[in-house]
Amino acid sequence: MIKKSAERIYLFLIFLFLYLPILVLIVLSFNDSKAKVVWGGFTVRWYKELFSNTAIMEAFSTTIFVSLASALLATILGTLAALGIDAMKKRGRTIMLGATNIPLLNADIVTGISMMLLFVRFTRLGLSTVLIAHITFNIPYVILNVLPKLKQSSRTTYEAALDLGATPLYAFYKITWPQILPGVLSGFLMAMTMSLDDFSVTYFTKGAGINTLSTIIYTEMRKGIRPEMYALSTILFLIALILLLFINFRPAVRRERQD
Amino acid sequence: MRNLKRQFLAGPYILWMAGFILLPTLMILYYAFTSTSGDFSLLNVTSITFSVHFKSLMLSLKLALICTVICLILSYPLAMILNNLKTKSQGLIVFIFILPMWMNFMLRILAWRLLLSNNGVINSVLGFIGLPGLDILNTPTAVVFCMVYDFLPFMVLPVYNAMARIQPDIIEAAKDLGAGNLTIFFRIILPLTMSGVISGIIMVFVPALTSFAISDLLGGGKVLLIGNVIEQAFMQEYNWNLGSGLSVVLMVFVIASMALMNSHGDEGGGTFA
Repeated sequence: MIKKSAERIYLFLIFLFLYLPILVLIVLSFNDSKAKVVWGGFTVRWYKELFSNTAIMEAFSTTIFVSLASALLATILGTLAALGIDAMKKRGRTIMLGATNIPLLNADIVTGISMMLLFVRFTRLGLSTVLIAHITFNIPYVILNVLPKLKQSSRTTYEAALDLGATPLYAFYKITWPQILPGVLSGFLMAMTMSLDDFSVTYFTKGAGINTLSTIIYTEMRKGIRPEMYALSTILFLIALILLLFINFRPAVRRERQD
Repeated sequence: MRNLKRQFLAGPYILWMAGFILLPTLMILYYAFTSTSGDFSLLNVTSITFSVHFKSLMLSLKLALICTVICLILSYPLAMILNNLKTKSQGLIVFIFILPMWMNFMLRILAWRLLLSNNGVINSVLGFIGLPGLDILNTPTAVVFCMVYDFLPFMVLPVYNAMARIQPDIIEAAKDLGAGNLTIFFRIILPLTMSGVISGIIMVFVPALTSFAISDLLGGGKVLLIGNVIEQAFMQEYNWNLGSGLSVVLMVFVIASMALMNSHGDEGGGTFA
């Protein structure tokens, strides 16, 4: 009994630690007072100001574009790579997996700086350099999500299809693809999340005038905190909540239907 | 034959990685080992021994270590409790604990700045109940607070996953053979979750060691980590050679810490596996 309540209290304390900062941001986003701790009445003024702030809105659309585009391209390259790696012999596979882990484990700041050095040498920093950088750190997440699914997929069914006269492409589309699709999707989502949340790599590879949400919030915060940021936080938190609810609880529904 | 053809599908990826991982790494090495005039030089790398640089490296190692230890101490019981929840809502509760991770990294820093500032929320609450305020914004303590907040999920998830993989039968068998709770913990649960703990430590220690945004925004320019020194070398002093040299040193520390951790663990149970 004591153990149970101790566990409850512990969960509650961690819960507070995780959500108190977010709660404060949400409450302050509706606070009609610039002071941080004085409640000046309910307002949606900061939301209006946020939506009329073109720099932030532009950064918002850049962020969405970069995360979707980089996740999509990384998913294509990564899925092809996973198919290739899966066909390799043990030694080739070990080398490839080792190489894939490098960008995952390397420090963000070093990844960002090394790419900046390359880009500045051969081209100019801009939106495309951010995109290339994001694709680069996204590909490993896709590969690591697709490879296990490929390993589980039944090789014999695929070969049976070939023996029965299916072309490799048709057999792939009919047999292998449906089996690896969940991995491809989770790889895409993970890549998108990583891209949305990235700061360091974007900071070093972006050109002047290009901003994602992370970099614009960084610049704004160095100047001082404005209440629009609270409104932005609230909106982003809600988006994350809805997306995550959708991802986590939808597949469960589908699985139940199949049973 | 078919297999050989399929291997070529990895071709675009190999080219991509050669162009955007290998080549940039060579560039950073080139800058690290040349002087501004382009001659071979070890000065950029050895400048880590300069007292300013060395102090920031030591502070980074110290804060990253503290952050990792706190994350581990907080996460392990949390993962155990979450894993032992035998309710229908387990999925939902785990979800609640990973949701904050999805909030933008910068906004999480913003939240802590609000909480910790002198006339911020925590001090107002403390003042309201008659306690003295904390003056921790712009100190290493604030930086560690925010690092723990930011990186905690990276520890919780691998530890929780490792724990969820333990077969209940094993624990039942141990109980049948007369093992007490402590024995079960030290002989079964701890060894079987070690791989998760190790990937958690790497996932927390490396970003904590190399971050510069948190110390920049919560340290008020007074907490100089090695990441800040490198960032300033590039973005303020435009000394790419020095910045690259220090980055190479940082990379060596990252690789060394990972090698150290991996030598203690077995090969099984990667973070993403």
